Amino acid sequence: MLLEYIAIGVMILVATLIAFIAIGLGGLFGPKKPSAEKDTPYESGMNPYGEGTRRMPVRFYLVAVLFILFDIEVVFFLPWAIAFRQLGLFGLLEMVIFIVILLIGYVYAWKKGALEWE
Amino acid sequence: MNSELIVFLVLSLVAIATALGMLFSKNAVYSALFLVLNFVTVAVFYLLLGAPFLAMSQITVYAGAIMVLFLFVIMLLGAENLKPSNALPWQKPLAILLSVILGVEATYLLLARARSSLSVTSPDAALNTMDSLRNMAETLFSQFLLPFEITSILLLVAMVGAVVLTRAEKGAAK
Amino acid sequence: MDWTMWVEWIVKGFVLCLILLTGFAYLTWYERRALARIQVRVGPNRAGYQGLLQPIADAVKLIFKEELTPGHVYKVVFILAPVLTVVPSLVLAAVVPLGTSFNLFGREITLYVADVNVGILYLTSIASIAVYGIVLAGWSSNNKYAMLGGIRSSAQMISYELTLGLSFVTAIILGNSMNMIDIVNEQRGLWFVVIQPVGALIFWIATLAEVNRAPFDMPEAEQELTAGYHAEYSGMKFALFFMAEYQKMIVISMILATLFFGGYLGPFVDQVPLLGPVYLFAKVIILLFGMIWVRATWPRIRYDRLMSFGWKILLPLSLAIAFITATGILLADVLNNQLFFWSIPVVSIIALLVAVAFIYRDLRRKSHGRI
Repeated sequence: MLLEYIAIGVMILVATLIAFIAIGLGGLFGPKKPSAEKDTPYESGMNPYGEGTRRMPVRFYLVAVLFILFDIEVVFFLPWAIAFRQLGLFGLLEMVIFIVILLIGYVYAWKKGALEWE
Repeated sequence: MNSELIVFLVLSLVAIATALGMLFSKNAVYSALFLVLNFVTVAVFYLLLGAPFLAMSQITVYAGAIMVLFLFVIMLLGAENLKPSNALPWQKPLAILLSVILGVEATYLLLARARSSLSVTSPDAALNTMDSLRNMAETLFSQFLLPFEITSILLLVAMVGAVVLTRAEKGAAK
Repeated sequence: MDWTMWVEWIVKGFVLCLILLTGFAYLTWYERRALARIQVRVGPNRAGYQGLLQPIADAVKLIFKEELTPGHVYKVVFILAPVLTVVPSLVLAAVVPLGTSFNLFGREITLYVADVNVGILYLTSIASIAVYGIVLAGWSSNNKYAMLGGIRSSAQMISYELTLGLSFVTAIILGNSMNMIDIVNEQRGLWFVVIQPVGALIFWIATLAEVNRAPFDMPEAEQELTAGYHAEYSGMKFALFFMAEYQKMIVISMILATLFFGGYLGPFVDQVPLLGPVYLFAKVIILLFGMIWVRATWPRIRYDRLMSFGWKILLPLSLAIAFITATGILLADVLNNQLFFWSIPVVSIIALLVAVAFIYRDLRRKSHGRI
């Protein structure tokens, strides 16, 4: 069984090698004329002001949390999808209950405007 | 010494190194990246144990979802280079106490297991079949039905919590 | 395990990467020519016959470009980010079967890198890793536009990943397997797109967002983000991001073709296994044309609408589709009546129409309310 994963591992190595070779080629053949102007952050030609990394809106945090929760749901859904024929209607009911409980949260988030993006 | 034991030892070293890297990085983003590597190594452990489903779920959920949240939070707060400031006074003794308990527990488990067998066995070739996955799924959805349904309640609580917290923050800003 | 296996793995991995790299180069040519045709232009036609050497000229140009690594970036991550973006886009293809297997000098060569039972889950895990490249590119650039662009793109990707995952579930339900080869074989009688056209459509829309293509191409939003997460990148490092986008387009079209359009299946494929890749290639070309067509036709969607489209329309719709499919199959099984099976496409299309009506109503209300 592991053989298949070794094959994938080999491919990951090959792909990484290709990516580094590509970067190396650019570094090898590209001209290098550094200047102070080129070293500044790109801000459409204006003089940069403030810090580069600043605080981000909290909405992104909310999106990430909701993503985790639904991602876990998807991960549970995948094994269910190959076994539901054996589990029968009872299995369907199980999944419906699981999803309905999650959907309560989804509806709550929707009503509270958490899915809104002003 | 068979080849799988060597792989196991190398992976263990990587796992420990990434864990230490996470602890000692000055920059929080680097810490998070070390943790991602650590999760991926753990996923490879699962593969070695013949649990591909668990391995892939580990990457999808931990490395792919939870760590993205961590990164987002670090970036949200701009907390990459926070200085260690006024740590809670009771934090240090508590941490030491807890790690001692953990150490004792781990040693005990290791010794208890060592009596039975401590060999890395090569997983069955039959594990790469649909049937093994299906068996796992059927067990999950029949024998472990209650934990599965409780998970959804847990997720619901987390969702409501996240919404409440972020809404409160927004109300204060306005 | 002997050394010939290692040779086979390395050769296969390398060849697959090479196919995707060439595919990327010629996809840019294909896209530029097709876009030109749609806009009644000619497109690149100078370098070589019909401009066929244009991609090579572009590659040479990019190699000889100056590569800037500005002083304010986090250097290690800055270099790592494009690599982290490209590698998943290549590795994603490892579990996609290009065909069955053929005989080469008495050795059975399979036309896929790996045959794993958790194939679909492998795809979701690699797709979820791909987000890092973009987040890290934005962060390590230490530039506010790059940062904002990176976070926006990654938030978009993770939002649509859910829809993607649920579309995978639909395909698994239909194929009764998580193994991509089994799923293809299950389609010998009937392509899944016939049973679940809405599932295929949702999958396709989600992939557009996943690879940051028009009309979800926030990174291209010049006016607001000055190119987004790759603003500080130049030369080959920029090319890697570009490469990753196009390779992902190809791989994801391959996956869509495999899951819903019969993959490598076609007439006489059992007699001549080498026809498999040809059929898959033809299907991919058609699906890619769809992506290019959309880019030529549709304006970019505003970011807020993009997010609410993903969360409010696509997510519930894909969930409903998965359930409709499972229920239809189960009812047909239990009651032994094929009518339930054939109600799947009908009910799904009704669900789609409901969703479309919802969007239509929402858009009308918005246009009356504001503006």
